[in-house]
Amino acid sequence: MNRPALFEYTLRLGDDALINGQRLSEWCGHGPFLEEDIGVANTALDLIGRARLLLTYAGEVEGKGRDEDQLAFTRDEREWRNALITELPRGDFGFTTVRQFLLDAFNQQLYDRLRLSTDATLAGVAGRAAKECDYHLRHTSEWVLRLGDGTKESHDRAQRALDALWPYTAELFESDPVQEQMEAEGVAPSTASMQSAWLHTVEPVLRAAELQIPENTWPQTGGRQGMHSEHMGFLLAEMQFVQRAYPGQTW
Amino acid sequence: MSKTNLHLPLWEVFIRSKRGLDHKHVGSLHAADAEQAMQYARDTYTRRSEGCSIWLVRSADIHASQAEDSASFFDPADDKVYRHPTFYDIPEDLKI
Repeated sequence: MNRPALFEYTLRLGDDALINGQRLSEWCGHGPFLEEDIGVANTALDLIGRARLLLTYAGEVEGKGRDEDQLAFTRDEREWRNALITELPRGDFGFTTVRQFLLDAFNQQLYDRLRLSTDATLAGVAGRAAKECDYHLRHTSEWVLRLGDGTKESHDRAQRALDALWPYTAELFESDPVQEQMEAEGVAPSTASMQSAWLHTVEPVLRAAELQIPENTWPQTGGRQGMHSEHMGFLLAEMQFVQRAYPGQTW
Repeated sequence: MSKTNLHLPLWEVFIRSKRGLDHKHVGSLHAADAEQAMQYARDTYTRRSEGCSIWLVRSADIHASQAEDSASFFDPADDKVYRHPTFYDIPEDLKI
């Protein structure tokens, strides 16, 4: 077992979940109406709960005594391994919904396969996460249909969101030495198999929603190497403020 | 929060807390259609293991008795004792 690679891989999973959850949680109290406000907050809670398990495990694998809180609240921008799509500002409700739909479909493929991981802890986390992903995807698929096939205004906003987000999806299926190592050890599912399955999930929904997948886009990547967008620093400043101001505080 | 709720119909939510018990009314919510109402019912009322089954009814489909009918509906004459099953001998072994 290659422990540095496993640490890196687990960190990627945990950071995707935490940053996505943090962005979604920004809607709490600002949702379009009360019921959807609760729905979005529930998804954010699922993601943050998943991040806690994954970051705790990443700390154990690393073996330097860092726990979930230290990994979440004391790492600086370049040490984060989340995909760029998770850190983009929440935008309007259309942007948030289309992003979540693309990510839910990805997470469903990922966690369904990760249940068969040779790493028992990751397989255990995936068992619970896969059920959550099924529900999240059901919820956001409904909304993509509603927005895309709704009014002209909602359709245009959803299409603009899809145009802006699509270039960022390539990073979810990127391969590099860490990913290859984890695939070789049977820890991680193959990104190639996930990408085609993901397309099979999202394409019919987007088509039914009368949304066009943009063509010839340039892939936006770099998050897995710690090269983030200008939005990441602001997100961390808000998320980490309390631990930075009062180091080691607990409640 | 905006007032978009005005355009979404109201639904009454019934939850069965476990197998063998009946569905109980737990509250209401706004949603555009049955599928969305089901998701919101799940999100709003069952996140703490409250139930194993959800029923939804459009509030508009419920016919309710009116407050002004209370006197004629729910205030039976107390002198008709034979309406109450109090004249039976109940066996001692029966636990009620």
